[in-house]
Amino acid sequence: MPYLAPTRTEDALRFLRSNSPKVVAGCTDYFPSLQQGQVDEDLLDVTRIPGMRGISRDETGWRIGAATTWTDIVRAPLPPAFDALKLAAREVGSLQIQNQGTVAGNICNASPAADGVPPLLALEATVEIAAADARRVVPLSEFITGVRRTVLQPDELVVALHVPDVSADTQSHFLKLGSRTNLVISIAMVAANVRLDAGRVALAHIAVGSCSPVARRLPDLEARLVGTAVEDLAGFDFANPEALTPLTPISDVRGSADYRLDAVAELCRRAVIAASARS
Amino acid sequence: MDVRNTEASVAFELNGEAVRITPNPGERLSEALRERLEARDVKIGCNAGDCGACTVLVDGEVVCACLMTAQQAHERTVETLAGLVRSDAHAQGLMERFQDHGAAQCGICTPGMIVSAVGLLRETRAPDESQVQEALGGVLCRCTGYRKIIDAVLGVPAAIVEDGGVGQALRRVDGIGKVEGTERFGDDVAPPGTLEIKVIRSPYPLATFEFGDLNGWREEIAGIEAVLTAADIPGENRFGVIPAFADQPVFAEGTARFRGEAVAAIVGTPDAVRAFSPDAFPVTWAELGGVSVVSEAQADGAPQLHEARPDNLMCRGFVTTGDAEAALATADVTVEGTFTSGFVEHGYIEPEAGFAEIVDGRVEIHACTQAPVMDLEAMEIILGMHRNQIRMVPTGVGGGFGSKLDISVQPYLALGALKTGRPVRLTYSRTESMQSTTKRHPSEIHIRIGATQDGKLSGFHFEGAFNTGAYASWGPTVANRVPVHASGPYRVSDYTAVAKGIHTHCPPAGAFRGFGVPQSGIAQESLFDELAQKLGIDALEFRVQNALEDGVPTVCGQVFEQGVGAKACLEALRPAWHRERVRADAFNAGATGALRRGVGLAAGWYGCGNTSLPNPSTIKAGIRADGTVVLHQGATDIGQGSNTVISQIFGSALGFSAADLTLVGGDTDVTPDAGKTSASRQTFVSGNAARQSGEAMRAKILRQVDASKEAAIAFGDGTLTVSDGDRQHVIDLRTLPPDNEGYVITSTGRYDPPTKPLDKNGQGAPYAQFGYAAQLAVVEVDLALGTTRPIRFVAAHDVGKAINPVLVEGQVQGGIAQGLGMALMEEYLPGRTENLHDYLIPTIGDIPPIETLILELPDAHGPYGAKGLGEHVLIPTAPALLNAIKHATGVRMYSVPVTPSKLRDAIKGARHG
Repeated sequence: MPYLAPTRTEDALRFLRSNSPKVVAGCTDYFPSLQQGQVDEDLLDVTRIPGMRGISRDETGWRIGAATTWTDIVRAPLPPAFDALKLAAREVGSLQIQNQGTVAGNICNASPAADGVPPLLALEATVEIAAADARRVVPLSEFITGVRRTVLQPDELVVALHVPDVSADTQSHFLKLGSRTNLVISIAMVAANVRLDAGRVALAHIAVGSCSPVARRLPDLEARLVGTAVEDLAGFDFANPEALTPLTPISDVRGSADYRLDAVAELCRRAVIAASARS
Repeated sequence: MDVRNTEASVAFELNGEAVRITPNPGERLSEALRERLEARDVKIGCNAGDCGACTVLVDGEVVCACLMTAQQAHERTVETLAGLVRSDAHAQGLMERFQDHGAAQCGICTPGMIVSAVGLLRETRAPDESQVQEALGGVLCRCTGYRKIIDAVLGVPAAIVEDGGVGQALRRVDGIGKVEGTERFGDDVAPPGTLEIKVIRSPYPLATFEFGDLNGWREEIAGIEAVLTAADIPGENRFGVIPAFADQPVFAEGTARFRGEAVAAIVGTPDAVRAFSPDAFPVTWAELGGVSVVSEAQADGAPQLHEARPDNLMCRGFVTTGDAEAALATADVTVEGTFTSGFVEHGYIEPEAGFAEIVDGRVEIHACTQAPVMDLEAMEIILGMHRNQIRMVPTGVGGGFGSKLDISVQPYLALGALKTGRPVRLTYSRTESMQSTTKRHPSEIHIRIGATQDGKLSGFHFEGAFNTGAYASWGPTVANRVPVHASGPYRVSDYTAVAKGIHTHCPPAGAFRGFGVPQSGIAQESLFDELAQKLGIDALEFRVQNALEDGVPTVCGQVFEQGVGAKACLEALRPAWHRERVRADAFNAGATGALRRGVGLAAGWYGCGNTSLPNPSTIKAGIRADGTVVLHQGATDIGQGSNTVISQIFGSALGFSAADLTLVGGDTDVTPDAGKTSASRQTFVSGNAARQSGEAMRAKILRQVDASKEAAIAFGDGTLTVSDGDRQHVIDLRTLPPDNEGYVITSTGRYDPPTKPLDKNGQGAPYAQFGYAAQLAVVEVDLALGTTRPIRFVAAHDVGKAINPVLVEGQVQGGIAQGLGMALMEEYLPGRTENLHDYLIPTIGDIPPIETLILELPDAHGPYGAKGLGEHVLIPTAPALLNAIKHATGVRMYSVPVTPSKLRDAIKGARHG
C-alpha cells in the first residue's frame, strides 16, 4: 500500500495506471469518508507536482491548477466575474478547510452540496483531464454525472480547470443557505453572474447547488431575465416553476424539497440583485 | 521529492525542532503528532475537520491536522499550541487573556482556539469581532458559548483578581494546563503503542445476532490479542445509574436493542486495530423491525424492550395539588398546545476515552467521567470484584453535560486489561460516541393552562411522554423531575403533571443539562406568552404577577422562607424588555425587506441536588509538614469550574488563598466521594462540605494556639503562623506527627442536603434549594427564508451568591449556546446525523452578545448563600427564542429545532390559513 507524492505529472499518471490509487490533495473529503479498517488503499498525493497549484492567465482565459486551494482563490487578483467563486471559497467549511481543500477535489468528490460547483458552472468552467497517453477537456456541466459520480476514468487525473475569458463588466454574487453560520453544508446555494447593459440584464448565468444530484444552471430563468431592468428584479417572478425545472430537490435533515425550491427562488432573486449592484 | 512507500521517512520542523518519523502511508498528521512525537496538546475531536480541535499551523497557515497526511508535512514547519506558548508572543498573550476571561472551560477546544487566534493575530494585529469570528469559525466549543473566547482574543479588559475568596473573579486554579495544552484528557494518558480496543456495535436498531468461531477468527489475525463478549464478564452483565432500574448490558446477549449497542470488542496492537474492519468480524445479524418513537412503542403489538416493563413504560412521575380540572373549568381564558422535541446530543468535543492497566493485581481505570465513585460502584458489579481491587482515576474531562455520568469505555478497558494482563486504551470515534452514549430525551408534551381575567393562573394540566430509548439510564430522574418543575417558577394552586418514560429502540436517553426540564419549559413558557396575549397583559408583567415568592408554596407544597428569586430575575429584565420591544417594533415598522425582529422572554427554575434522595458530598483536606495545604477535591470538574469554586469556598472558610491550595483530584484511592457532577449540585452540596472542611481545619488550628476567631493564618516552609491581634503564634509543622498520608493536620466536611420524600401526590420537599433564571432574547427572522438570527441575549440569574462571577458568566453564556442549539438547529437522528457535520451545534458566528445580570438572593442552605447554576442556564433560552420568533413573525412554533425549513413552512401556512 504505497503512498506516492510525485513531483512529475508523468510519474503520477504512470502510478495511476499501474496501481489505481486513490488520488488525494487537500484530503478534506478523503479523511472524513474513511471507514474503520480502510487502510489497504494506495494513495497518490498530487500536491507536490509543480503547476498543479495556482491560477494563471492564458490566451483563452484562466487556468486554475487542480490542487489550487480555496485560500489561493480568495487571495488571487481576479476580475469581478469571479466574485461568486471567491465568496463560495470563503464558505467552504472553515479557514482550516479552505487552506487545505482544493478546487479539483471539490468537483471530483461530486457532492451535490459542493460549494465550488455553482460558481464554476456560472463561469462556464471546463475540466482538463490527463491520462498517460491522452488529454481531454470536458465542460464542468458534463464532468459531474451524479451523486459522487464523474466521467473521470480510473487512469485519469484532473490537472486543471479552465475558465473562458469573461468580460470585465460581468458581475457576480454567491449565496449559501444553511442552518448555522460557519462550517455548514448548504440547504441550497446560488451563484449568479450578470452583465448589465444600460440598466438592463444583458446576460445572466445562474447555477444552483444542493437542489439536484448535480448542481444545475437554470437556462430558462437566465433567458427570461435578459432584458429585465434592474429596478424590476425585485418584482421579477423567480419562482416560476418552468424556470426551476432543472431542480429536483430532495427532502432530508437539512430541509424539505418544497422548502428548497421556495428558498432557491428567493436566493436567485437576491443573488441576481446583489450581482447587479456590485461594481 | 517522492514519498514512495511504507519505509519513507518524513522530516519536518515541529515547534522549532527538526523531527523525522516514519509514518504509515496516509497516516493523519494528527495521529503522527500525538503518537509518534508526543504532541498530545493536539486534540482529536472528530477526525473529520468538523471541530477544529486539532488545528495546527503548517507553514504558518491553520489546518486541521486530522485532514492532512503526515507525508504532506515533509519539509514544512508545523507549530502546535505547546510550541507556540513557549516562543510566540501572540500565544503567550492569548494564554494570559484566556485565563483572565475564563475562555477555557473544559479546555479540549482551547488548543484549536489559541492556535487559530495566533494565525489571525499574525496577520491582523488588532482584529474586530467579525474577524475573530471568521478566524475561529472552524473550531467548535461546547462549553463557553464563545463570547469569553472572543473577548480574550480581542483583548477586552478582564475583571480578574489575584486573591480568591468567595465572590472574587479568581482565575481558574486549573487553567494553566488548559491553555498550555498540558492537561491530560481521556485519550492523553496511554503511552504510545498501548494495546487498543475496538468495540463491535449493532448496525441495526433491533436485531438478533450470533457469533461465529471467535477463537478461530482471532488466531488467524496477527496482532489481535483478545476478543471480549458477554462471556468474559466475571460479574453481572448489567449496569445502570439508578440501581433499581439497572438494565443495560456491557455487551448485548443475543439481541441488540439500539443501533450502536456493543456486542463484542477486540483488543489488539495499534496496527491490527487500524487494519480491522468490523465487516470482517464473525457475527451474523437478523434485523428486526424496531420502534423509534413513543407512539410506535405504545401501539398494540409493539415489540417489548424489557419483560418487566409492559407497554414499554419505564416509569411515571406525578405531582398534583388542588384541582386542576375544576380550576381550568372556571378559568376565564385557557390555552393549550402540544410541543415536541427530538434527541439532542451532548456534543462535547472530547469523545469518551481512557486507559486501564493491572497494577499489583488491581484494576486501575483512567477515564473521562463526571462520577468516579459511581463508576467504581458499576465496575464492582460488572467485574464481580471487591471495590478495593478497583481504582478509578478521573482524567481531564473535555465536556460532559450529563452524558459522562454513565459509564462508557470503563468496562471495556477493565475487561481488556484483565483478559490480556496488559495495559489497554480505548477512544471512541465521534460516530460511536454519538451512536452509543446517552442523549437528551425527545419529548411530546400536551399542556393546558387557564387564567382569570385579572391575570391570575387558574388550573394547569401537563402530560409529557419522554422517549427514554432502549435502556433506563437517567430516564426515571427525568420522569420524576419534570412534574416537579413543569409549572415553572410560578404560584400554581391547581396543578396536575404526569410524565412517562417510554422505551424505544433508540440510544438510551439520559442526563443532559436540565433532565427534561428544558423540554417542559419550552411548553410552559410558550403557552404563558399565548395566555398573556389572550388576556391582553404584557408577557413580562403576567409572569411577574404569578411568580413564586418567599413563603409561597411550590406545586409540591414546599415553602421557602428566603431566596426565591423568580420575581427578582423577571424584574431585572424589565428595562431591557421595554427598550428592546420598542427597538424591535420600530425596526419592523420601517422594514421593507424580509427581515423582522422580535423580542421574547422566559423564566425557569431548577432544584439543586437529587430529587428527595440523599446525595452527600465529602471534602477532605490536609496540611503537610512542609506547610502545603492539600485539598482532596472530588467534585469532578468537567469545565464548569468546581476545582476553582470548591477551592474558593474552602479557602474562604480556612482563611487562606484558594490559588495557593494544592489540589488532589477524584482518584478513588485517595479522595473521598464528593458525589457526581450532576443536578447542579457541586457548588451547593460539595461547596457546603468544603466550607465545613475549611472551617473545621481553621477551628483545629485556632484551638491549638487558643486564638480568637478573627485570627489570620499563614503558611511558611514548615511553619504555620497564626496572627491574632498583636499576638503571633508560630506552629512548627515539622514537629507534629504525620498520619499515613503525610498530613499533620486534617479535616473533613460532609454535607447532605435536607430533603423530604414526595408522597403519592408528589407533595414534599424534593430539594433543599432552587435556583432561578429569566432570559430575554432578541432575534431577527428572514421571513422569506425562515432563518433566525439571535442578535442579543440578556440573562438574569439568581445564584444566591456568585462564588466566582466570571465563572457564573461562563456558565450562563455556555448554557445559552446549548439552549440556542436546541431551539434552532440540533436534532439527533440515529443513523442519519452521527457526526458533527450532519449534527449541527452552534459555531462562534451563531452566538450574539450576552449580557449577564447576576442576582444574589441568599439561599438558606447554600455555602455563603450560593445556589447551583449549571442547568438553570439553558432552561429559559429555547422558550425565550420561540417567544421572540412569535413576536417577529406572528407564528407560534410547537416543535424544536426551529429549522429554516420548518419556520418558513409555518410562516407560509399562517399567511394562507
